[in-house]
Amino acid sequence: MKSRIVFAFSAIALIAAAANARLAAPDVADAVILEDGLPRTLSDFGFFIDAAAQVPTIGVKSYQLNTPLYSDGAEKLRFYYVPTGQTITPDGENLLQLPVGSALIKTFAFDDGDRRKLIETRVLLHRADGWLALPYVWNAQQTEARLAIAGKRLPVTTPSGEQISYRVPNKNQCKECHGLNGEVVPIGPKARNLSRDAIGEMVAAGLLDGIPQGTAEVPLWSNREQVSAESAARGYLDVNCAHCHRPGATASNSGLDLRWEQGTASAIGILKRPVAAGRGSGGLEFDIVPGKPDQSILHYRMASPETGVAMPELGKSTVDKDGVAAIERWIAEMK
Amino acid sequence: MIKLNRACLAAAGLLLVAQPAFAKTTIVTAGDGAQERLQEALILAEAGDEIVLEAGRFSLTDGLSLDVDGVTVRGAGMDATILDFTGQQGAGEGLLVTSDKVTLRDFAVENAKGDGIKSKGADDIIYYRLRVTWTEGPKASNGAYAVYPVESTNILIDSVVVSGASDAGIYVGQSNAITVRNSIAQYNVAGIEIENSRNAVVEDNMAIHNTGGILVFDLPDLPVMGGGDVTVRNNLVTTNNTPNFAPEGNIVAAIPKGTGIMVMANENVYVEDNLISNNDTAQVLVVAYAQKFSDERYDPYPRNVVIGRNLYTGGGTDPQLPGKDMLLAAFGGALPDVLWDGLSKEGEPALFAVEGTRGWSLNLPEQGIGLDKATPGPMIVSTPPQGERNCCTGAPEALSARIAG
Repeated sequence: MKSRIVFAFSAIALIAAAANARLAAPDVADAVILEDGLPRTLSDFGFFIDAAAQVPTIGVKSYQLNTPLYSDGAEKLRFYYVPTGQTITPDGENLLQLPVGSALIKTFAFDDGDRRKLIETRVLLHRADGWLALPYVWNAQQTEARLAIAGKRLPVTTPSGEQISYRVPNKNQCKECHGLNGEVVPIGPKARNLSRDAIGEMVAAGLLDGIPQGTAEVPLWSNREQVSAESAARGYLDVNCAHCHRPGATASNSGLDLRWEQGTASAIGILKRPVAAGRGSGGLEFDIVPGKPDQSILHYRMASPETGVAMPELGKSTVDKDGVAAIERWIAEMK
Repeated sequence: MIKLNRACLAAAGLLLVAQPAFAKTTIVTAGDGAQERLQEALILAEAGDEIVLEAGRFSLTDGLSLDVDGVTVRGAGMDATILDFTGQQGAGEGLLVTSDKVTLRDFAVENAKGDGIKSKGADDIIYYRLRVTWTEGPKASNGAYAVYPVESTNILIDSVVVSGASDAGIYVGQSNAITVRNSIAQYNVAGIEIENSRNAVVEDNMAIHNTGGILVFDLPDLPVMGGGDVTVRNNLVTTNNTPNFAPEGNIVAAIPKGTGIMVMANENVYVEDNLISNNDTAQVLVVAYAQKFSDERYDPYPRNVVIGRNLYTGGGTDPQLPGKDMLLAAFGGALPDVLWDGLSKEGEPALFAVEGTRGWSLNLPEQGIGLDKATPGPMIVSTPPQGERNCCTGAPEALSARIAG
């Protein structure tokens, strides 16, 4: 009789331990990624063991980019999730093809005194009918992020000490950057701009069947002063501008194509006249005048803090001084 | 009985066609949180829905956008419902539409930081009874375009009022099947501009107090090239003598004040039955693209521009041209109504004009050089060729039907 009680106790302990383990490392809620509807909270997805500390669950992996998008100096924590048993397909100069059921997760944070404050987490969900982009805004207690479909403005102090009204994009604004030929697509995970570590991990995990070949790698932004001015600048423009300034995307009508692989001088703005710049032209005649950054509209708009002039139009409210410097160096050296 | 049931079913089917099954109306009021409430309504809308903006002033902090097909956004009138972007902190335009079959009607957009209302890749769109303006009048710091559809097919712009745009009040670019009618464009750099577009009708509009009234342009280095098939008729184009306030670098910054109707490059453009008055440089200006270019797809010459019967009064008395005094003296105090740069593509005449059209030519020897090479003289062109004209139907009737009644 006694032994049976012991057995019963240990069975309960075992179940409890298993439950704790599940609690510690939840499974990603595949159904929530896949099903129609707009999940109201970030925790619905189960991407994190400890969301406030940004500790991902099993199957959700962090990654870095060689040259990142400028977002007012926010710290950005990037993760991807691929459903169990599925793989990623490389596609040359294009994005890695992530299978249906995948998700990309990016959290934006700023230092707030001596601690890190999470502001928003943007998710891209690969559903059967395409990708869906949704923004989630963190509460003050940092316990949960809720869907903010219409976006939000929040006061933030940037690392350089500027007080800004930080803009969380609304769902449509997500698409303004992520739209290509009417579809929502990821922007970041192109083989040429994924850190070699991230690609190595994908290969090691069996997600990718080899390191994609035949694409020139975008340089590390931290090496921008060591690599050629052209390489640093073109990498920067590819990552920060080309999701809109390319055929089929939001700024296609400008005729400016800032993709890494674009080789035609006028297409990347050299001695190209503006089309619909309005006061964004700054009284200048060409997007890029070789040797003359101060006469180049591209430089003028990047260096302007003013809404209606500043580029990019979305995703930042401050000037990226390092980015401007890289462009300045490139144009100054250009013959 | 069976027959009756079938008839009922048929009727029900018709109703479904006329009214999508789950179409709903969402009412948005001005006041606190208008930015989020209105944007949320625009995002959560479904095809067939109507978003009703009640009368009032909506103070907005960011650009708005609509990306759902088949939605109508309806205000209480262009003087009653005002989307006020004076405090806008982000985005490149007031309202952006990126979906098809959208109707925008009966509201105003004021002081957007960039463009007023832009629609891109948005087919079958209607802009109806809208007012889009910058309230401090002509200023270089105003947004470029008030109404700005681009890269779209089937566009109807009807009964809109635009003012203060530092580029064009109504600008249609890189599009196809376009009608702009019954609208008023005033105190813009360009009143109405059709650029790199095909099959456009611009009729029954009033362009007044702009730098240039109505412009039909074709430019190089754009994704969509080869503008043409444009009719400009029954418009009142008057007193477009406002000093040019476009920021340098923009193509319209080169438009001389006092330009009535201007055609640059393009093919098959018909200018007829307009009342064109008191435009101090040129009532009608027809020119080749004046800059150097490298785009091999581009044809810089106007081809088959037809100046039909128009009524001209006044004008040409204060031309913004080099040698103005000599010119005025030579022409007896006022320049003739039509000014042509004299350039034609070989074998394709640039210009035809009905008999009695008073014109003069700069007789430029080649494209891409300055006005100092001009040797002014009479405009010598043929009368328009006779025969059927297979051109310019504008937006399809189905669009008009959507705002009928």
